[in-house]
Amino acid sequence: MTMTSAERLQHALAHKEPDRVPCVIAAAMHPARDMGLSIKEYFSRPENIVEGQLRLHRKFGNDMLCCYPFAAIECIAWGGEAIYFDQGPPNCGAPVIKKPEDILSLEPPRVSENAALKANLKAISELKAVVGDDIPISGVAVSPFSLPIMQMGFEAYLDLIFERPDLLERLLQINADYCVEWANAQLKAGASAVMYSDPAFSPGIMSRDWVQKYGASAAKQVISRINGSVMIHLASGRGLPIVDEIIHAGFFAMSASAEEDLGELKRACKGRLALVGNLNALVMNHWTEKDAEAAVKKAIAQAAPGGGFVLMDNHGEIPFIVREDILLAVSDAARRWGQYPLNWLSDYEQ
Amino acid sequence: MQELTRKQKLFVQALMQLDTSRCRELLAGQQTSEDCSTHPEEIVVPALENIGQAWETGHISLSQVYMSSRICEKVMEKILPQDSTPQESSTRLAIGVIEDYHALGKRMVISSLRSAGYKPIDLGHGLKAEELVEKALQEKADILLISCLMLASAIHVKDVVEGLNRAGSQIPVVVGGAPFRLYPALWKETGAHAVGNNSADAVKIVRDLVGRQL
Repeated sequence: MTMTSAERLQHALAHKEPDRVPCVIAAAMHPARDMGLSIKEYFSRPENIVEGQLRLHRKFGNDMLCCYPFAAIECIAWGGEAIYFDQGPPNCGAPVIKKPEDILSLEPPRVSENAALKANLKAISELKAVVGDDIPISGVAVSPFSLPIMQMGFEAYLDLIFERPDLLERLLQINADYCVEWANAQLKAGASAVMYSDPAFSPGIMSRDWVQKYGASAAKQVISRINGSVMIHLASGRGLPIVDEIIHAGFFAMSASAEEDLGELKRACKGRLALVGNLNALVMNHWTEKDAEAAVKKAIAQAAPGGGFVLMDNHGEIPFIVREDILLAVSDAARRWGQYPLNWLSDYEQ
Repeated sequence: MQELTRKQKLFVQALMQLDTSRCRELLAGQQTSEDCSTHPEEIVVPALENIGQAWETGHISLSQVYMSSRICEKVMEKILPQDSTPQESSTRLAIGVIEDYHALGKRMVISSLRSAGYKPIDLGHGLKAEELVEKALQEKADILLISCLMLASAIHVKDVVEGLNRAGSQIPVVVGGAPFRLYPALWKETGAHAVGNNSADAVKIVRDLVGRQL
């Protein structure tokens, strides 16, 4: 029996086998090209994003939609600016926290009054009105622990952790309150779950000491206050060494990095934490259709048995240069080889 | 991975503990020890290489690599002016980031190079390829290093290499950053001369390139 995207995801995330492996082609910028718009023009209107997400669903059968435009929206929300590029996602402009002492007077944006955030909420509610309960929409909130990278620059943030733990604690609390308000507003607008973007939680980025001391405690506090399910996205970062911390914090799913063994990660997470990943989007543009099929089969073979797996790229954002024919090959292969039961696996393993 | 001496191991240990005083003590001891013929950078550079490799293999975090390179830079500041070799002082290294505002990688490479006695020229970040070419030529760089986080930025390295070629320059271009790690063939496609897998690699590559130029 064919399931709706919502049913498919619910089954998979509950560690059961749905009709087929859910698949998400996170080509957030690609609809701009399709619609004859620059990346900046495309993201400037909520209506464009709604149309773009619907196109992604029609084209690739995406089982989850997402209206979050790009991480630099957080910079805009906090009073900074986004710097746009023709062929890639916008970056954050000058830091809004210019010196550590600025944290003492830092005021978070009010979600209900902030133009950038309100536009994103409008896109979610308009998309929800079209897709109803059939296709889940994911909200996105940058974690309190990772947000300072954009607020003050990575270098200054690391110096702050080392030199001014007092101000760090204050900043994390301000960010936690904001993160909760922002995540809950997205859920209220129609998002089904929240993707908690936290690259700093990866042990490849921050030391285990700092992750445990600051990242894990911030995550626990935030998750307990968000009115819905929360998955952690490490934005390509490795997560295998911290699976237990992720589970303990209360996440129901995590991203899988292309830099780690998906099979090993699956064994560590089985029945406890669903996995989302781990196609290497940076090499996709050099794939042939056969390469795409082989990569999809490998990921499914490693992580899909028993459910608990959503096929996606490892970063949550496919580079703009990746060709559409390759993305179609990925989604076709996911349909062809992702049908449960995965009977072909015995031959594949041999 | 190169086997470290006892002193180098102690230095790595102090860096992992973010113990700046201990690092300073170890290097001070190095300078005053009567029977020791080792230059302080022979402690620092292998230690940073070791830390870089530990990051590559997933054993430590980027924050630890960053903090280590910053501590090394700090403790070497007072030692370097008198100890830098003429070659390190005279090699003009320039570093920049194109089409991207992520500058941590650049900062880490600068710290590693300074810890080894070099005086890299920071050309900035968020630059267009042609701006980086112009700045590198203006600065009369002997070697140009480019740090990248995003694929869209890494692809523009090719424009830098072509721009330098058009200007008749043979400046070697050294790249590093996540796109080159996740897509290992990319650096060759851009026409770069070398790739570093971590910030400490920059020292090794620069020494090698300078050695070849001599």
